Amino acid sequence: MFEVLQNDTLAPNVHRMVIRAPRIAKARQPGQFVIVHPEADGERIPLTIGDADPQAGTITLFIQAVGASTLKIVSTPVGGSLRDVAGPLGKPTEIENWGRVACVGGGLGTAVLYPLAKALAKAGNEVTTIIGGRAKPYIILAEELAACSTELLIATEDGSMGRQGFVTHVLQELIDDPDRRPHAVFAIGPVPMMRAVAEVTRPPGIKTIVSLNPIMIDGTGMCGGCRVKVGEETKFACVDGPEFDGHLVDFGLLMDRLTMYRDSEAKLMADLPEELRDKIIKVKR
Amino acid sequence: MKKTLTPKERMAIERVKMPEQDPRHRIGNFEEVNQGLTEEQAIREAQRCLLCKNRPCVAGCPVRVRIPEFLAALAEGNLPEAARILLADNTLPAVCGRVCPQETQCEQVCVRAAKGAPVAVGYLERFVADWALTHPDKVHKEDRPEPTGKKVAIVGSGPAGLTMAGELARKGHAVTLFEALHETGGVLRYGIPEFRLPKHIVDTEVARLQDLGVEIECNVVVGKTVTLAELREEFDAVFVGNGAGLPVMLNIDGENLKGVYSANEYLTRVNLMAAWRNDHPTPIIRGKRVAVIGGGNTAMDAVRTSKRLGADRSIIVYRRTEAEMPARIEEIHHAKEEGIEFILLAAPLEILGNETGWVKGLRCQRMELGEPDASGRCRPVAIEGETFELEVDVVVNAIGTRANPLLTATAPDLKLNKWGNIETDEHGATNLAGVFAGGDIVRGGATVILAMGDGKSAATAIDAFLKQKG
Repeated sequence: MFEVLQNDTLAPNVHRMVIRAPRIAKARQPGQFVIVHPEADGERIPLTIGDADPQAGTITLFIQAVGASTLKIVSTPVGGSLRDVAGPLGKPTEIENWGRVACVGGGLGTAVLYPLAKALAKAGNEVTTIIGGRAKPYIILAEELAACSTELLIATEDGSMGRQGFVTHVLQELIDDPDRRPHAVFAIGPVPMMRAVAEVTRPPGIKTIVSLNPIMIDGTGMCGGCRVKVGEETKFACVDGPEFDGHLVDFGLLMDRLTMYRDSEAKLMADLPEELRDKIIKVKR
Repeated sequence: MKKTLTPKERMAIERVKMPEQDPRHRIGNFEEVNQGLTEEQAIREAQRCLLCKNRPCVAGCPVRVRIPEFLAALAEGNLPEAARILLADNTLPAVCGRVCPQETQCEQVCVRAAKGAPVAVGYLERFVADWALTHPDKVHKEDRPEPTGKKVAIVGSGPAGLTMAGELARKGHAVTLFEALHETGGVLRYGIPEFRLPKHIVDTEVARLQDLGVEIECNVVVGKTVTLAELREEFDAVFVGNGAGLPVMLNIDGENLKGVYSANEYLTRVNLMAAWRNDHPTPIIRGKRVAVIGGGNTAMDAVRTSKRLGADRSIIVYRRTEAEMPARIEEIHHAKEEGIEFILLAAPLEILGNETGWVKGLRCQRMELGEPDASGRCRPVAIEGETFELEVDVVVNAIGTRANPLLTATAPDLKLNKWGNIETDEHGATNLAGVFAGGDIVRGGATVILAMGDGKSAATAIDAFLKQKG
């Protein structure tokens, strides 16, 4: 059992949870994830490790409740525990000194971006971080990211925080400015956002790394359910990724495969108690 | 009780038939197909054993169960003694009694096979093991041996690892089993379906190991959570039995369509994650017409599972003929009884999709048998121009698995063969001192009992290594 030591709400239905997992805390590197199996009869959910403290033996997870299982996880109170947490899984981010990099985060992807931005800054990069969301309440970790970035830019769809628009608009301006143009871009967020970022960086040929979160079970390469097409090759996101060259990823296929269980998910949602269901639907639109 | 039977009397007894669930009923449930023998049936079957001098059955068993001894005790109705012998030789008898291919092992070499039917060793093993599970108070309690103070790490809690754990614990070594998934059992848990191996059997066999003092830690992915090097520092010896958990892909068009599964994923969803139960959240696409590609036990498990999940047509597509199928005869027979269709001498060419990205068909190539290949089986050769299409909505790829590189990728000193399997000597020793390996990570895709045989023989080698280490 993995004890929950902290559970904060960062944005509507977005939680930051600190969990006791000494072995994982010791082994973990930025870019890696865990599989959380909250209870005996639950699903196995892949979640990126946001941070880790090897001394304290803890890891930090950022979780957005988008369905029955993630709701179960975020509803675990401090002092409660998650039945299974396995990891760290996936390949760590290849951290190198690119000189100037842009880190682009959307929605919960911002949380996944955070350890990466920190590691890139530590490696000597000049980090420009661009984060976006629907509106101000959905902008998370702005302070933390500002602390490790040379510059933090925010875009919201309704203009309630930062500039109005999408992260891609901000990124385009950055690229167009020879003094601020990044040598590499790290984009993590909803699939359409990552695809849009890859399209912005493709013409100028800027190396772009994206982090994929397809449907997964074991996270060890055993089932192949998480396969994604990268260039001409089929890759398993759990062991070959989760980070890939954004210019080679077949985003259309990824989005399509993510819909494979839409019917079952809708049924699970329908079976939830009404007040919980409302909670999720309000956030998801 | 009857006094000793004469050989003639023994020869006169006909081989027992395993009571089975009616095929028409069983395709609607996940309960066990084989129902097990009654005590009366079991004793009578045991009396068929001639107690011959050469005992070929023992040599035919990868874990060397003293078959004639336990059968003799059973024939006399002495179940506690039969159980004592069986449990001492086999860590997982209730599993082996269900999934071992006895027809190519102990039963194949049984002297009675020469003239008629061999003794049903598998059924009797299952009977005695099940009796032991339900009569724990009557089974000989094993004394916990004197602790040796030596610590052994076992990577993977599948058949090889569980056997190893039992063997070493009985020798007094402190054993820790590391399992990557959230439940123990490896392929016994995620691979073999409930209707062939009920999961409560695995639970009970694992609990017996815990009674022997075996420590189990789930959610440890060796190679990721800890490395082999770290285990070597912490333990006196390490056994790697992490299986061949990496599906071989078909590498044909349409493989990434929705509705295409590897057998590993399909079976893991159903078995480990209990997708077959309506009260579980695990989703699975319950196809109406399901094609399973392959001819092994995994293919049979997947295709029979699809039937139970409600498919109207469940089809095996295999590139050779039935004679070359690696699946157990019993599984093929059960599959046929359940209305599984067999399309033989056919190889997949392309999975066809509809406009929304779902599987709608499988295009196949007709094959014929050519010259024997390296495996001794005739090589399937395409008949040019002869293709056909099957209308299906789910395709399961059960062509095989390879070594999973997660552990070995972080153990650069460990010697591998060109397929990524760990190289060992005949006792399971790798090139690294104190590191042993067995099961599918060494053999590639093989069977439960061969993995258990590896676990057992490597346990002897590890015990010797630890003694020598002093």
